[in-house]
This record gives sequence, C-alpha cells and structure tokens, in this order.
Amino acid sequence: MGQKLKKRLQIFFRYKDLMMLLVERDIKLRYRRSVLGWVWSVLNPLLDMLVKVIVFSYFFSRNIPNYPVYLISGQLMYQFMRESSTQALRSIPDNAAMLKKIYVPKYIFTLSKINSAFVNLLYSLVALLLVMLFTHVKFTFWWFMIVIPIAELYVFCVGLGLLLAAGNVFFRDIGNIWGVVTLAWMYLTPIFYDVDILSPRVRLWMPRLNPLYMYIRQIRDFILLGSWERYMLTIRGGYVALLMLGLGLFVFAKTKDKFILYI
Amino acid sequence: MTMENNDIMIRVENASVRFNMASEKIDSLKEYAVKLVRRELMFKEFFALRNIDLTVRRGESWAFVGRNGAGKSTLLKLISRILMPYEGKVTVNGSIAPMIELGAGFDPNLTAEENIFINGCIMGHSKKFMQEHFDEIVEFAQLQDFLKMPIKNYSSGMRARLGFAVATMVKPDILIVDEVLAVGDAAFRKRCSERMKEMLSGGTTLLFVSHSHNDVRTLCKNAVWLDHGRIVQSGLTEDVLPAYEASMQ
Repeated sequence: MGQKLKKRLQIFFRYKDLMMLLVERDIKLRYRRSVLGWVWSVLNPLLDMLVKVIVFSYFFSRNIPNYPVYLISGQLMYQFMRESSTQALRSIPDNAAMLKKIYVPKYIFTLSKINSAFVNLLYSLVALLLVMLFTHVKFTFWWFMIVIPIAELYVFCVGLGLLLAAGNVFFRDIGNIWGVVTLAWMYLTPIFYDVDILSPRVRLWMPRLNPLYMYIRQIRDFILLGSWERYMLTIRGGYVALLMLGLGLFVFAKTKDKFILYI
Repeated sequence: MTMENNDIMIRVENASVRFNMASEKIDSLKEYAVKLVRRELMFKEFFALRNIDLTVRRGESWAFVGRNGAGKSTLLKLISRILMPYEGKVTVNGSIAPMIELGAGFDPNLTAEENIFINGCIMGHSKKFMQEHFDEIVEFAQLQDFLKMPIKNYSSGMRARLGFAVATMVKPDILIVDEVLAVGDAAFRKRCSERMKEMLSGGTTLLFVSHSHNDVRTLCKNAVWLDHGRIVQSGLTEDVLPAYEASMQ
C-alpha cells in the first residue's frame, strides 16, 4: 500500500510540469488576441456582479448589509464550482486523440482543467478585494481565514471533477444534464438572496446538505462579520470535501483503464 | 531482480485484449438500462489480441507484420500502456518513446515552440529538461523560421518532423514506431532511419510496424507475424517475412 502510494506520487511529480503547461495553455488561449488580456479575469466577475446588483438589489438587498460584497463572494465560489466541473467533465473525451496514442496519467487532464478554473478564482479574488475596498469593509485579520473555505471548495471540486469526468466517459448524458444541475444548484444556494427568506425547514437543512453553502457562508462570515462563530461549518465542510475527494478518486481509479474503450 | 531479468525489456505473458464491438457502444443511460434488462450487455465481444506471448531483450529489434486489423497496433498500444490487458500480464523495464502517431499531443492553436514543451512533458520530461534540449530539437526538425507559427498552419510533413524530433530527442530504452515514416519528404525519411539505426547501435530496443518490407528487413532482426489477434509465427525476420509473404500470394 505504501509502495503503491509512493509510486503514484512519483508519477504525479513526473507529470507536474505537464499539468502546469496545460494550465498555462488554457489561460493563454483564453486571452489570445484580446486587448485587455488577463484583466478580463478580474473585470468579468466585477461586471457580472454589477449587473446582478442592479437587477436584484430591488428584490433582495433590503435585509442584506453590503449587498455587493455579499453577492460577489457567493458568485465567485459558485462560478469556480461550475467552471471546474463543466471543464473537468469534458477533459477525457476532449483529449481522446492523445490518450489513444501515448500513455499519460489520465487524471492530469482533469486536474489541469480544475486548476485552470482555480487560477480564474484567484483573479476573481482581486475583484472581491476591490469591491471590499470600494465599499469600505473594515479590515480584520479574519480576512486571511478565507483560505480555509477556498481550500475546502478546491478539494471538493477536485473530487467532483474526477467523479464527473469518469462518469461522462461511459454516459455522455451527464454532460448534457450537468448544465441544468448547476443552474438548479445556483438557485438552491443563497448566492443573490438571503438565507432568511427561505422557510425555516429549508433554512435548517441548507447548512447540512448543500456543500456550496457551507463554503460560501464561511467566506461571508470571515469578511463581512469578522467572526468564526459557525466553526461547525468549517468542520463539516472539510469532512464533505474529503468525502467527495475520496469518492472521486475511487471511481476514477476503478474505471480509468476502461476509458480507452469508450472514447 | 536477477541478472537474467535485467536483460529482458518487455515480457508479454498470455495477454488478451478485448473490445466491445463499435456497434455495441453504449453511451447513454437509457440504452444502458434497456440493454441491461435484455441482458445484451457485453454481448458482442471481440478479441483484438488473444493469448499473446512475447519476450524482447535489450537491444533487439522486432518488426510486427500482418494484414490490416491483425492487431499490430493494438499490441504496440498494449506495450506502451495505452491499453490494459483483459487477461494476462505485460511487464516493461525502461523508458518508452512511443511514436504511434507523430505529434499526437499537438494543440493546433498553440505555436510550435509551446507545443514542443507540452509534447515533451507529455512524454514525461520536465520543463527544465526541455529547455536544455530545445535548440537540438528545432535544429533536427529544421523549423527555425516557423517557431512562432500556430501548428494549425503547418503541413502534415512539418508536423511529423517536429513530432519525430521531440520523440527521439532522448535515447529511450524502447522505441516504438508505428507507420510514422510514411509522411515527410525523402530527405527527412532518410534522416529518420539514420537516427533509428544510430539508436539501435546505442542499445535501444526497437518495436516497428510497417508495411514496407524493405524497411523491416533493414531495421529489424526479429519479426512477429500476427493474424486475427494471434501470433502465427515469430522468430528471425529472414524466416518470418518470407512465410508471411507466401501467405499473401
């Protein structure tokens, strides 16, 4: 068991440069021939937030202090989940030509897509910071604690991405349905509305069943309230993330040798 | 590991590869459920390789001959770990440079320069290693003037040149070549076969698939004749090739 793990890690380190190059490629190609380049990665979430603030503030913002920060913090976490999972989903069939001709650990492609999305999330954090400065959020050292929920979300998304990537090789329906699932997930998560407008029953179950909420709530608590009162969310969030990672790794490892027959 | 084992580069033991027929490709849940109920899953199985035994020692050169669909490429993919055996065992000692299709990993939207790095890393090299060998690759491919051009604007010959240059930059323990020399102009083909001979004399083990019997004769001492996924005959090229040629008459 220990030997096997050691060998796996060796393989991973052998291919880590490849993964970094693939991430670099994704970012490069995204902004090739654009004048503003990577600035779009900061600008996009800002503009996205601006539109939503204009549209939604009329309905939802009455009870939410600092609605712009509330919105963009939820939005960027959700956006990372959606982008990483949607890209990871297609990572195996998209690289079919290569996988049929040369041996590469297949998860490298899936992981590189998730990491590209993660780089995008880091850019969005700049946008978040700008909005926080603009709206005069009081600085506390709790701000730095947001790395915890972000790390948890990352682990969760790696697991989710691996699971979806493996599933999609055998059942391409997953690729079609996933767009709807993420849309539903957006509405089921208090991203642009306040959790308090939900019925008490839903409000009770939200922090227990919706992983995305666990991470978003933590970020908001850290930056807007400057508190760690809901530390249970951190514990539960970490637990759920590891569970998802385990599931993703397990399914991917069990099925990866059969991918080649279905792509 | 004993001394004797050290000398064996590739050992294929009673290996079989099974495919589902293409018509039976099930990739939607509904189809899967229907087939599951009707018990039609895995009904039309097809063995691309059956009970293959092969031992290749260091420095040997093996050719794989046979008709289209005999399983030559499948066997090469099995050895390069692209495919896993359904039954049996495949053991490989040493590094492999597979050339099943040159430039398989090229991204058409990236420039040649960017592709050289990605392609090298796909073969398991580090970025630093690629930097050190970059000039060498460019020189062999003779594409100095086109480095900043996206690969999609390359001709297939240029692409093959680049692919070959990257794949043979280091001396691998095992070189796998599958019909890749058909592209490229005469001058480049000559340089390719020179480089392959150079590697062979340096101790590299060669696995070679080609329909050109001339190439097979000049490059390979040993040959395997495959038909319908089984080995018909294996041994010295001078014995196997005439037998195969006779069967084609």
